[in-house]
Amino acid sequence: MKYMLLINASAVDEDGGAAGCDVSDWMAYDKQVREAGILVSGESLADLVTATTVRVGEDGRRTVTDGPFAETREILGGFYVIDVPDLDVALDWAARCPGARGNGAVVVRPVAEFGG
Amino acid sequence: MGGAPADTGGTDEAPAAVVEAVFREERGRLLAALVRRFGDLDLAEEVTSEAVEAALTRWPVDGVPPRPGAWLMTTARRRAVDRLRRDQALAARLAILQAEADRAEPAPAPMPGGELPDERLQLFFTCAHPALAAEDHGALTLRYLAGLTTPEVARAFLVPTATMAKRITRAKKKIHEARIPFRVPGAQELPQRLPGVLQAVYSIFTEGYAASEGPRLQRLDLAEEAIRLARILRRLLPAGREVAGLLALMLLIHARRDARTGPDDELVLLDEQDRGRWDRRMIAEGLDLVPVALAGGPPGPYGVQAAIAALHVEAADLATTDWPQIVALYDVLLALAPSPVVALNRAAAVAMRDGPEAGLALLDELADEPLLRGHHPYPAARADLLHCLGRHADAAEAYREALGLAGTEPERALLRRRLDAIERLRAPGT
Repeated sequence: MKYMLLINASAVDEDGGAAGCDVSDWMAYDKQVREAGILVSGESLADLVTATTVRVGEDGRRTVTDGPFAETREILGGFYVIDVPDLDVALDWAARCPGARGNGAVVVRPVAEFGG
Repeated sequence: MGGAPADTGGTDEAPAAVVEAVFREERGRLLAALVRRFGDLDLAEEVTSEAVEAALTRWPVDGVPPRPGAWLMTTARRRAVDRLRRDQALAARLAILQAEADRAEPAPAPMPGGELPDERLQLFFTCAHPALAAEDHGALTLRYLAGLTTPEVARAFLVPTATMAKRITRAKKKIHEARIPFRVPGAQELPQRLPGVLQAVYSIFTEGYAASEGPRLQRLDLAEEAIRLARILRRLLPAGREVAGLLALMLLIHARRDARTGPDDELVLLDEQDRGRWDRRMIAEGLDLVPVALAGGPPGPYGVQAAIAALHVEAADLATTDWPQIVALYDVLLALAPSPVVALNRAAAVAMRDGPEAGLALLDELADEPLLRGHHPYPAARADLLHCLGRHADAAEAYREALGLAGTEPERALLRRRLDAIERLRAPGT
């Protein structure tokens, strides 16, 4: 079963780390996830100021806008997709993620399975 | 106890009644074993119902089998396998689930003597999983462990059936799709997860002990169901001291049920209760459990509350109750599980120990607690103490406030009686 761990950090410092942890914590966690053989994919997202939004209206016209910017306190800073047997295991991995510390939070979403 | 109730088997008398008794005991166990085996709540529930229907048709004709639980299990399992054969896609998915579950945790060995393995503990932890909304824990426990129907669960929590059906469907979907496992947490996780399970059972009990609204004060069926569930938990987790504490607490409170209401279902408070109507057997059972809950380490909140309840039932009357020790226990409880409601109860105990003035001072410190706003026992407790101090106008006002907040008719009636008594005092000439 695949789960996406959405890493929401209240603020991202210059090293890309969330509050309460540093880059070495992230590297250690990343290594653990890889070595456990559960990693499907994972990325750290670039700074939110680089984000761009695209919407397509009913008339088919494209609107491109700068942002979004951090209007809420929590912003998506990165994600992992892991493949583990059940929610408890996914929650264990989420709890070990440095992004869950400080004011951060990790949201766990099961990936929908189609067919079968 | 434990195992199939073989002593009910083989009799010819009223199979329907026997089925009902067997089913009550076996349903949760059956469901849990099937969920564990097939990993699917819906499938497990459907085949459990079918097995019971089959029993209701067969047993009156063939007689109740010697091991009714095993009979039901075999029947349900066959039905499940039939369904899976018909639904190959589901079967394939369940096979994967099962393989994963077995890898994560080997299946328990069959019990000696061919008894059904008891997998209800797994189901308790699933129903009270922290990934589910806390307000749904009690509902799911009633639905899947006590075997209540959705309308019955809805009635228990005083919500419309459609609302409860939606909540249960949503929770079931989450269990299924997010794959909340059917497992007992390991030793490391257990201390964190067990309180949720106990809270689910206790929330069922409190809804039964003092309904939050409605015409009646007590819903004895719910309180008894909670005690039955706690007994099952105690059998499954004999080393759990807080389980013993919770069971003791509920027994000691429930022992007073007959004395808590008068002939017209009016509320009778502790100081006016006929202690001869307390259930001595239940008290004895509860008192036996209190030391279990308190021995061998720092006590948990249920153990401390059970100890407080024990001091109440051991006293001959209110005056000889050991109030200093009750206050001391509330201090312990406040440190373990601080809450304004505990502080309110402590203030009432202090009033009994040191007099109404001291109690009132503590209550006034709680005036700004948002959790007590809208909680009628707070103004009611203030009113009682103000009354004792002869501040009748203030007492009347506090009773009126409590009256506006009380949810059940018997509580309102009691407050109205007290208010009337004060108003008569205030206007002696009229």
